Amino acid sequence: MSIVIGKQALVTAAPGSAAQTRFEKNRATREPVWVKRIILGLGLTFFTIFLLMPLLAVFVEALRKGLDVYWQALRDPDAIAAIKLTLLTAVIAVPLNLVFGIAAAWSIAKFDFRGKQLLITLIDLPFSVSPVIVGLMYVLVFGASGWFGSWLIENDIKIIFAVPGIVLATIFVTFPFIARELIPLMQAQGREEEEAAVVLGARGWQVFWYVTLPNIKWGLLYGVILCNARAMGEFGAVSVVSGHIRGLTNTMPLHVEILYNEYQFAAAFAVASLLAILAVFTLVIKSWVEYRTHKLGH
Amino acid sequence: MAKSRSYSVLPGFGLSLGYTLVYLGLIVLIPMAAVFIKTAELSWDQFWNVVSSPRVVASYKLSFGASLLAAAINAVFGMLLAWALVRYSFPGKKIIDALIDLPFALPTAVAGIALTALYAPNGWLGQYLEPLGIKVAFAPLGVLVALVFIGLPFVVRTVQPILEDLETELEEAAASLGANRWQTFWYVVFPILLPALLTGFALAFARAVGEYGSVIFIAGNIPMVSEITPLMIITRLEQYDYNGATAIAVVMLVFSFVLLLAINGLQAWTARRTGRTL
Repeated sequence: MSIVIGKQALVTAAPGSAAQTRFEKNRATREPVWVKRIILGLGLTFFTIFLLMPLLAVFVEALRKGLDVYWQALRDPDAIAAIKLTLLTAVIAVPLNLVFGIAAAWSIAKFDFRGKQLLITLIDLPFSVSPVIVGLMYVLVFGASGWFGSWLIENDIKIIFAVPGIVLATIFVTFPFIARELIPLMQAQGREEEEAAVVLGARGWQVFWYVTLPNIKWGLLYGVILCNARAMGEFGAVSVVSGHIRGLTNTMPLHVEILYNEYQFAAAFAVASLLAILAVFTLVIKSWVEYRTHKLGH
Repeated sequence: MAKSRSYSVLPGFGLSLGYTLVYLGLIVLIPMAAVFIKTAELSWDQFWNVVSSPRVVASYKLSFGASLLAAAINAVFGMLLAWALVRYSFPGKKIIDALIDLPFALPTAVAGIALTALYAPNGWLGQYLEPLGIKVAFAPLGVLVALVFIGLPFVVRTVQPILEDLETELEEAAASLGANRWQTFWYVVFPILLPALLTGFALAFARAVGEYGSVIFIAGNIPMVSEITPLMIITRLEQYDYNGATAIAVVMLVFSFVLLLAINGLQAWTARRTGRTL
């Protein structure tokens, strides 16, 4: 936010306000107090009802029956299996999309070629496909009656209703996150620094490692964190391909669903609270990365 | 754009583009093609029977109607929040700014059960709404609430950067020419924000139409009343009716592609209007 603290003395601030925005200091860009109060009141009420209360509800419901029930729900073997599977999925999906994101951003930002805009649109495509349809796609390709179905059965390879299907569906839904973060960042940084490095004799990987990577590390971190949050939290796509086998093919969100449908609300919210903590952690990292890039940008 | 590829001293073009295309093809394009190829196996009558059956049509009405309404609500309140976050100082502003992205980071299933807990007849909000005759959880209104939740950040995050970049000179000029605050907003500021606002609206709408996880818990999934279209695909899949599931999926995919094109157009318009890419 643009809070100009250094210039505070030069501008006659309204009494009683320590930090104002540049808009509030200017008579031409500020509203009457009552209008401001209405806008703030409506905005914050909406924020409280639609964002804050759902987040708080997760933790309140998780602890409703006390800490014992909470810990028990997390120590349940099925819950631990779900946590392990969720971690495994993220550990496979995120690095694969990381390599892809860097490759895609390198080719798009550092070179000119025909069809670039189309490629960017195609990379965005998974964002606009319903998660349920993502699951359906993989069922049509790898399911028992799918394209490779009979071949997979002959060779005793299970993809649908097994871990590989869960990983594939997760890769699809998290596909654009890192590329989407890196492409505009690397485009904005231009090519001069890399070109200088090449002219000075740096080899390909040296250029990337010593010139490009230090410039994009914060954006990269943010992309990875977002990708990871979505990978661990994906529900719709994974739900279609998982088969919901307890202890085997249940990820954390699916485990939450099963507990919830069995009316074990406190346990469902206990597992959900872990995912909510992950979400809050993601937002903290995001704010920190934004603060860093903002500070370095000026 | 005359040359297909201008010469560059930088290495790795073939490798990075080749890898990008192969990965994109394997993970996204081939599986997506499977949906269309599978649909081609159906005759037109079979396809039409599935996608126009009364239960499916009722689900379109709910999915598209609730998504449009949710996107509209988000356009209004997202705009208010973006305005407050850019223009006003108030306690807790940084935390609120960070939490706006919560729907991006919170798994949809978690959002779904949390919203259901809030709006259930004995929930924090449900207990006050129920006596007034307003039923949210396990009713179409619940679908709307879930879709408002997941769509909010799209509007705030598209409008906010445009508002931040806005120079005060325009408004100063308007004020010095005698415009009152409302006129300045309506004739000067709002037209600049409009492309971004429409982009945010379209993004929220597109996301809402395909949303599944947060909706199914609160919707109650009553046939003909509170079933969303993605759920119709799931129902068909559970009956091993892959043809039916695929037919409905194609309708949704075609709609998504049209919307994607519209969003690309809106973003190009925003860029022309404000010199900023979203």
